[in-house]
Amino acid sequence: MIEASAGHDREQVLYVYRGDSDHGQEVAYRVPVVPGMVVLDALHFIQAHQAPDLAVRWNCKAAHCGSCSAEINGQPRLLCKTRLDEYGADDLHVQPLHTFPVIRDLVTDVSWNYERAQDLVPAFHPDESPPFHLQQWEVDRVEEFHRCIECFLCQDACHVLREHGLFGQYWGPQLMVRVAELEMHPMDTGNRTALLHGAAGVGLCNVTHCCSDVCPEGIEITHNAIIPLKERVADQYYDPVGEWLHKLIRPKAKSAVPAPAIQDR
Amino acid sequence: MNAARKYAVESLSYDVLVIGAGGAGLRAAVAISDAGLSVGVVSKSLLGKAHTVMAEGGVAAAMAHVDADDNWEVHFRDTMKSGHFINNARMVELLTTEAPERVLELESWGAVFDRTPEGDIMQRAFGAHSYRRLCHVGDHTGKELLRTLQNRVTHLGVTFYPEVIVTRLFLIDGRIAGALAYQRRDGHFLLFQTRAVVLATGGWGRLYATSSNSWESTGDGTALAVTAGATLSDMEMVQFHPTGMVWPPGVRGLLVTEGVRGEGGVLVNAEGRRFMADYDAERMELSSRDVVARAIYREVQAGRGTPHGGAWLDITARGSDFINRKLPSMRAQFLALADVDITRQPMEVAPTCHYMMGGVRVDPDTCTTAVPGLFAAGEVAAGLHGANRLGGNSLADLLVFGKRSGEGAAAFARQAPSPPAVSTRQVQAEIDRVLKPLERVDGPSPYQLHSDLQQLMSHHAGLARTGSALSEGLYHLLELREQARHLAVPGGTLYNPGWNLALDLDALLLLGEAIIDSALERTESRGAHFREDCPAEDPAWAQVNVVITQDEEGALHVGTAPVVPPGPRLQHILSPLDGQSTAGRTGS
Repeated sequence: MIEASAGHDREQVLYVYRGDSDHGQEVAYRVPVVPGMVVLDALHFIQAHQAPDLAVRWNCKAAHCGSCSAEINGQPRLLCKTRLDEYGADDLHVQPLHTFPVIRDLVTDVSWNYERAQDLVPAFHPDESPPFHLQQWEVDRVEEFHRCIECFLCQDACHVLREHGLFGQYWGPQLMVRVAELEMHPMDTGNRTALLHGAAGVGLCNVTHCCSDVCPEGIEITHNAIIPLKERVADQYYDPVGEWLHKLIRPKAKSAVPAPAIQDR
Repeated sequence: MNAARKYAVESLSYDVLVIGAGGAGLRAAVAISDAGLSVGVVSKSLLGKAHTVMAEGGVAAAMAHVDADDNWEVHFRDTMKSGHFINNARMVELLTTEAPERVLELESWGAVFDRTPEGDIMQRAFGAHSYRRLCHVGDHTGKELLRTLQNRVTHLGVTFYPEVIVTRLFLIDGRIAGALAYQRRDGHFLLFQTRAVVLATGGWGRLYATSSNSWESTGDGTALAVTAGATLSDMEMVQFHPTGMVWPPGVRGLLVTEGVRGEGGVLVNAEGRRFMADYDAERMELSSRDVVARAIYREVQAGRGTPHGGAWLDITARGSDFINRKLPSMRAQFLALADVDITRQPMEVAPTCHYMMGGVRVDPDTCTTAVPGLFAAGEVAAGLHGANRLGGNSLADLLVFGKRSGEGAAAFARQAPSPPAVSTRQVQAEIDRVLKPLERVDGPSPYQLHSDLQQLMSHHAGLARTGSALSEGLYHLLELREQARHLAVPGGTLYNPGWNLALDLDALLLLGEAIIDSALERTESRGAHFREDCPAEDPAWAQVNVVITQDEEGALHVGTAPVVPPGPRLQHILSPLDGQSTAGRTGS
């Protein structure tokens, strides 16, 4: 907890959303600013001195756990990593994630993401038993996806979910990172192309890169995860030569996974 | 009272209930599920956010991929030596022999580790490990471990209760029968009927003002256990990690991984001198954590501290390519939060409360506690680390004893008859108790009381202690306990952090008292426990662990229990250390 006595040069007003899923409004709180202060520090000050029941998620306070996701002046950010001095004298509006239902104040119900993770099958599926023999470059290739802290800021920014609410048709960028992590693991032999093409709906992403822009871990979600996954789907479902070869080799397989009609998205 | 009528109570039933979803809890859940029993897991946070995610350096496992001379016996020796021989030798044996298997198992579940040129799992150097031993992936090994276990249990049919907090364990006929919890997302209560409980609730680092721990680390599981009749051990052994961030104020205490020193970082005082030469010339920065933390403390006391009261940690000599590859999270953390580029500038660091060696006493093989049906694994359990934990042994602990506790609980639950149902009267009494802070209109704020408690513990029972400061601390702590009976919080049971903290304070106050009691009892210095008024290690104290029990009125009783001596075979492994601080080993 930061105490006002730590010495501060100015005060900052934060407009914080207070309320539940039915109704709520912004409430203004005045907070003394200390050097290096982040928005989460300011919210902790408000809890300690003005609003003991202000609901906000947090854990590590070091941008490693991905708990404190919210929107600051409309931008999806981690509260623990966003410094007040970034905003200078501007007003600060702190809102819950827009894409998920509000539980209370800044806390949203993100359980949908965990439910989709449960649907992600097959899970990691190696044909061999460890010890594995891998080269560092093979590890480096998937290491980027393993950096995901599950903050769901990318899900919040994804307009397929945020604007169009197509939760039943597309799993969103965070789950695409999860699929990519499995698909590109050098020892994995599971095939998730039908899943990507079907329930996970990778085709709905129209590569606007918004998810990558908000990722606090700097994961190139669009280029390194989603586009390669789209290519896998295209190879299996939309490549005429591959399609022909596929029929030639395994003639009975063609009806096993019916390809839905391509829609203009 | 009509509290139970006002608030919904949902009744649930599992063969085994796991409390805590960090590494130990999830590994236990896998073991219970593998045994074919039903298992529910409750977690104070969302899945995958537990403190394990913060572990940076790696998992200690003597796989000898980098240094061919390493083996479990050397790992055993290193761990016993760093624990100053009050460890439970059987636990250390289990850890060091089983860790490699547990790491490979993670690999088969999808974890990736950095590699050697030969394609094996890479291992890095760490404080007081004789060989390069820590399997790692960059500086986010804990996240890799937690994520892998999370993905594993997700597909095993384990039921999760995220953001659910247990406030009471119910015993019937002296054994575990159930637990009451509240669910933050709707403010409802959950009554779990179960035959066995695995506690995997971590530590209580939030007792200290400067801490690397998250809000969750309030030791509520430990308090549940001692209140149910379990014995606590080694509570005076609080690990202060040598390198926490110190500036700016908001990040004070945040961990700077030991991996920085493992990869070649050096510690320098304000005069520009590599001061570890004065404290441990042989191992320098890679000495054990208690030694390095005390060295920084002494440098600051002697007026050779940095502007914000710490030391410089410098890894710039390794160059930016190396640092970006091996320590990416550290670089990002310092850039974003402190405006420091660690590839070009030194980091300012000081000791931060990091880990609890003490906790609930368990049987090494099954992790059972003194309470039938109650098991404990991970940081909440005592014995493995003795007086000081080696870096990397905690992640190994989670895997080895997470599995063992799950198997222990499953075996118990399989043979135990179903306990009778917990009575409505007991449930209602507990609901009435936890609602008290919400019903009071006027009273002290839990935030203020928490802050006061943290200051108290830091000043009176911190890195350096004296008998008189501890006694004074105990006096003030009892005053705070009195205040805690009158805490008042606005709002209701729906996601209310103030109410949550008010309930957590019960546990923190209890464990703070246990730490002070134990620290007063051990009139010597050993490992992390440093008494300025008795600075020497006393061989007599190597023979015993300090233990704590609670009576039915809630009073704590402190005593000692003999250290479990290593058997002849383990004794033989320790023989190269003869002449060092081995007085505690019987027969040597």
